[in-house]
Amino acid sequence: MTTAEAARRDERVARVSPVRRVLVRPELGSVVGAIVVFAFFAAQSPVFWSVSGVSNWLDPASTLGIMAVAIALLMIGGEFDLSAGVLTGSTGLILVTLATRYGLDVWSAMAAGLVFALAVGFLNGLLVVRTRLPSFIVTLGTFLMLQGLNLGVTKLLTGTVQVGGLRQAPGYEGARQVFAASVPLAGGDFRVAIVWWLAVTALATWVLMRTRAGNWIFAVGGNEQAARAVGVPAARVKVGLFMTTAAAAWLVGTITALRFSSVQANAGIGQEFTFIIAAVIGGCLLTGGYGSAIGASIGALIFGMADKGIVFAGWDADWFTFFLGAMLLLATLTNSLVRRYAEEVRR
Amino acid sequence: MSGAPLLAVRQVEKRFGSVLALRGVSTSVAAGEVTCVLGDNGAGKSTLIKILAGVHRPDAGEYLLDGEPVRLSGPREALDRGIATVYQDLAMIPLMSVWRNFFLGSEPVRGRGPFRRFDVAAARRTARAELAAMGIDIRDPDQPVGTLSGGERQSVAIARAVYFGARVLILDEPTSALGVKQAGVVLRYIARARDRGLGVVFITHNPHHAHPVGDRFLVLNRGAAVGEYAKGEVTREELTTLMAGGAELDALARELARGE
Repeated sequence: MTTAEAARRDERVARVSPVRRVLVRPELGSVVGAIVVFAFFAAQSPVFWSVSGVSNWLDPASTLGIMAVAIALLMIGGEFDLSAGVLTGSTGLILVTLATRYGLDVWSAMAAGLVFALAVGFLNGLLVVRTRLPSFIVTLGTFLMLQGLNLGVTKLLTGTVQVGGLRQAPGYEGARQVFAASVPLAGGDFRVAIVWWLAVTALATWVLMRTRAGNWIFAVGGNEQAARAVGVPAARVKVGLFMTTAAAAWLVGTITALRFSSVQANAGIGQEFTFIIAAVIGGCLLTGGYGSAIGASIGALIFGMADKGIVFAGWDADWFTFFLGAMLLLATLTNSLVRRYAEEVRR
Repeated sequence: MSGAPLLAVRQVEKRFGSVLALRGVSTSVAAGEVTCVLGDNGAGKSTLIKILAGVHRPDAGEYLLDGEPVRLSGPREALDRGIATVYQDLAMIPLMSVWRNFFLGSEPVRGRGPFRRFDVAAARRTARAELAAMGIDIRDPDQPVGTLSGGERQSVAIARAVYFGARVLILDEPTSALGVKQAGVVLRYIARARDRGLGVVFITHNPHHAHPVGDRFLVLNRGAAVGEYAKGEVTREELTTLMAGGAELDALARELARGE
């Protein structure tokens, strides 16, 4: 290759590179999706983009977003967690049960819930790294076990399928202020969970992009063997990710329990796939090693908008899942096309 | 050119069950020298590098580092002692950027306590500078390694090993999957690493690649050393013949010639 030839080739690469750089962002698909969904529903109903409308759809987006971000980290690390949804129910049940039936104050009951969640996460992670079984199967097992446990224990203790009365427990008001208050602002009623959601997203993004742990998460999801070969503690990273997901489930379970003061024994079931869908819309690959926390958050935002937007537009809420499926397909298609373009081998 | 060997093995032997994968093999590599290990498939090259890299422990024979006999506990200890191994495809994470790959597992950090963070700016800068110092022109350190060609990937892995203080560089067939031009690029980096004072062990089954850069040639066949030669003692054709087992190749030539 002559020098002139080399220079010409480099020039060409440099010219397409800025475009490529925007396109390789994993969030791209979800950002475009969010804009389209917003515009669509805003055209259907003016309430949708009023302040009270915005506060309305940010509410479901916030708790979903916290989970989607945690699941995104886990998926970038190359694993799944199907038990995360039901774990939000378990931690809520533990909180309400301990605070209403065993005389604990709300804060201690919350701490007990956190310990339980972290133990479940640790167990999930340990089983996955030790047995090398797919996390899909391992966490499906814990999912079903927790589901049974939630129902069985709740029925055993109360004779019904819900526990309630958290409002009367000592320390309730303080905890509610921190986790479940709502702030009236410019005519809307904004949940404090939104702040938690933003904080979790910011923290996760910082960890992913700016810490050693973040580098390791991408690496164990991208190629675990290669990561291990250069000294990345892959097992510790994975167990940590499962525990992070469990901690997020605890946060969401706590927020929900404090808000409604009671928890159904089947709470959170069916949510596990919603988290994964939000993360995938946000650009996470099912095969691991690629994705973004911000993208997952935007994925959750799309969910929130669609969930409430359909109601604002005056349609039957049954259309929600149809809409969701279409979003998922579209987002994954966009992501895979973009990624193939970005990854084209240049010789 | 030559000095006391950095790394040497004497009469090493390795069995897997009843199979003798390697018997009585000795070789060495000195600082600023390239030792080529040649052999056809199944000759014992992989077993030998796994011993050198600390993955396998020899069943018999000695492993000498700076003249001292040592027994490595594993690849991590080998790495800590400055013996870096670049495997053919076990080196890089395709979806991660060049600079993230470069520092993976040994990320520079700044800040304290909970604010301890990956020094991204320094990592980017250093990766680019180190690659440039090895003569590797990466247009954009932010591009994913998956977009690099095979030769560029090998080169980045070599530059990484050099930067992290490797004294001995073991390269497992770095040129075997490459085209002629790309292989030439990698050979140039091998020479560059040698010039920076590293001892290089270059495993290959291609005498055309080994002959121009090698200072010493160890030829393996069926788990045993066929011979060890210094540069100038052996021609490329002789290496080819030795690798294949000379008689076999002659027979093959005759057989093919009859068909014309």
